Amino acid sequence: MNSASRLIDLYRTMRRIRTFEERVGEMFVRQGTAGSMLHLSIGEEGVAGICAEMGEDDSFTAHHRGHGIFLARGGRPDRMFAEIGGREAGYCAGKGGSMHIADVALGHLGANAIVGGGIPHSVGAALTYRTKGLGRVSVAFFGDGAMQQGVLHESMNLAALWSLPVLFVCINNHYGMGTRTDRASANTDFAARARAAGLAGREVDGTDVEAVAACAGDMLEDARSGKPGLLTMNCYRFFGHARMDKSPYRNEKEELEGRQRDPVASARMLLAERGLATGDELDLLDNEIAEEIDGALDWAMDRPQAAPAAIFTDVYGEGEPAPVPVRRRLSEILGEAGP
Amino acid sequence: MTVRDGDQVTYSEALRQALADEMSENEDIIVIGEDVGLYGGAYGVTKGLLDRFGPQRVLDTPISEPCIVGTAVGAAMTGLRPVAEIMYVDFAGLVMDQLANQAAKIRYMFGGQIGVPLVLRTQGGAGRSAAAQHSQSLESWFAHVPGLRVVMPATVNDAYHLLRQSLTKPDPVVFVEHKGLYRTKGTLDRQQPDGVWGRPVRRRHGDDVVLVSYSGMLFTALEAAEALSGRGIEATVWDLRCLNPMDLGEVIESVCRSGRAAVISESCTTGGFSAELASQITERSFDHLEEPVIRIGGEDVPIPAAPALETAAIPSAGLIVDSIAWLVAREKPEWAA
Repeated sequence: MNSASRLIDLYRTMRRIRTFEERVGEMFVRQGTAGSMLHLSIGEEGVAGICAEMGEDDSFTAHHRGHGIFLARGGRPDRMFAEIGGREAGYCAGKGGSMHIADVALGHLGANAIVGGGIPHSVGAALTYRTKGLGRVSVAFFGDGAMQQGVLHESMNLAALWSLPVLFVCINNHYGMGTRTDRASANTDFAARARAAGLAGREVDGTDVEAVAACAGDMLEDARSGKPGLLTMNCYRFFGHARMDKSPYRNEKEELEGRQRDPVASARMLLAERGLATGDELDLLDNEIAEEIDGALDWAMDRPQAAPAAIFTDVYGEGEPAPVPVRRRLSEILGEAGP
Repeated sequence: MTVRDGDQVTYSEALRQALADEMSENEDIIVIGEDVGLYGGAYGVTKGLLDRFGPQRVLDTPISEPCIVGTAVGAAMTGLRPVAEIMYVDFAGLVMDQLANQAAKIRYMFGGQIGVPLVLRTQGGAGRSAAAQHSQSLESWFAHVPGLRVVMPATVNDAYHLLRQSLTKPDPVVFVEHKGLYRTKGTLDRQQPDGVWGRPVRRRHGDDVVLVSYSGMLFTALEAAEALSGRGIEATVWDLRCLNPMDLGEVIESVCRSGRAAVISESCTTGGFSAELASQITERSFDHLEEPVIRIGGEDVPIPAAPALETAAIPSAGLIVDSIAWLVAREKPEWAA
């Protein structure tokens, strides 16, 4: 793929993420059916560079702020909206919601809402790939908050020790909820921590999606040959931690400056500078994306709500003893057939 | 190391044989944990497996319990069938996120797209003077989490068959052995399980009272039942085997016939699985009960180290005999307050 079409593809992916995240808040306004948890990845669209470099069969785990990653790996906006909106047509039939959207068929091993919780699953997937000689890589995406979790250090140690095909990706938006990285750790050089564990450790500017892709490409190939690493992608979380967060822990000046570090705007500027697309062409593309995402949202909103009876399915495998509903328990005790 | 059917083998050997037999049949099974390979397991259960199956399938890990279980979860999601060993059940505190928030919920959160066919082998219980952080009975923690199966074999034959059955299940199984049973001997019949997965097995018949127990306490209950027989009280003794799934139908029927029941557990009494059992039995046999369903459980204290103290913290056969004689024959024990 030449660099012109590559940059436009990366731009398209990032713009789709941005538009999706801008629209997803609407669901709360239009019908109060979505859950309370909504973590936007606006400002983190540079992950598109990493996702574009992953092989088709590579897998990944994501975190609670994972809409963008999933979109960049092929997640369908309509079924994502449906999941977030509590619809049966959602990826997880409404049981996961925003923080647990996954499509295993796309290699998504799950979005996790315990900080760092999904990281060892990527290590385990990598163990499977090595054991079976599949040549795949598993990528663990997480935020800077997870850098202070014990299980990350255990996972980095094991991956390095066993030379597993795994890439750890820290999306460093500089805030673990409301706590800035320098208030969470005395050493915020995360790449150095990885090197101390025996991994490759690199850092990249998340507003430069081409640099992200180049760096991720190298590290993914190294991981595939048994040299795992940690890539820290620096970026800025444009908005609060979640929907209700008004960011009392940072000031407006910082936010305005932080929002200048815009990976989508940067890519757009580059496309124009290099003469790869005119402003009109990009506007047209943006409009097409807006129409696609709006259509997806409308489709999701028109789908039926998940049916309550579904709560008893998928607790255990098919055909296995299922949970006994409270009403049936009570009927056994109080009903005619009771003792 | 292969045993023959009908051989008298130890609980430990039966577990090892189950792993070896299942690993021979299913190449996707790996054993992963601290000192499971070269060392052979803290209690020797995995001895010889490294030589037989190689380092690709028997993996010694660093001391990183959350990562052991988390790695096993990821491996289970992608096509392996890991047996993760957590050396002592007391280390559950370290792994509960990976177990309760991850392994147990992944199938559900992702709408049934993927399961976690993982067996977590661990062992618990008192009796070796191992003190407060190496002697607990924490099954109620696991049994309280939807999505986890919980298995606690007492007999040699169950150790073998329940472990093999666990390795065919689509969901995470917490398989809790009892450290006091590893050297106990019994007859292994590799063709014939003691009972059906998820159903208790009656280990003794008696019309006067029903004792419900599991794991190491089964043998204490059986010892007490023999002593009670000498005093003219005949007890039925049930061995639960599986805490989830658990079909109490036959247990309830037997309680309805005798009108008296006691739940006997090593775990401390308050808030424990014994309360769940007593409650379910009471709810479903209420009209037939002559007396309250009682719990004879561990004291609500950490397990102390000194043998004399440790013994005092968990139910003895004597305590069971006294309590049952009181329950059934109104014979007041010396300690009656």
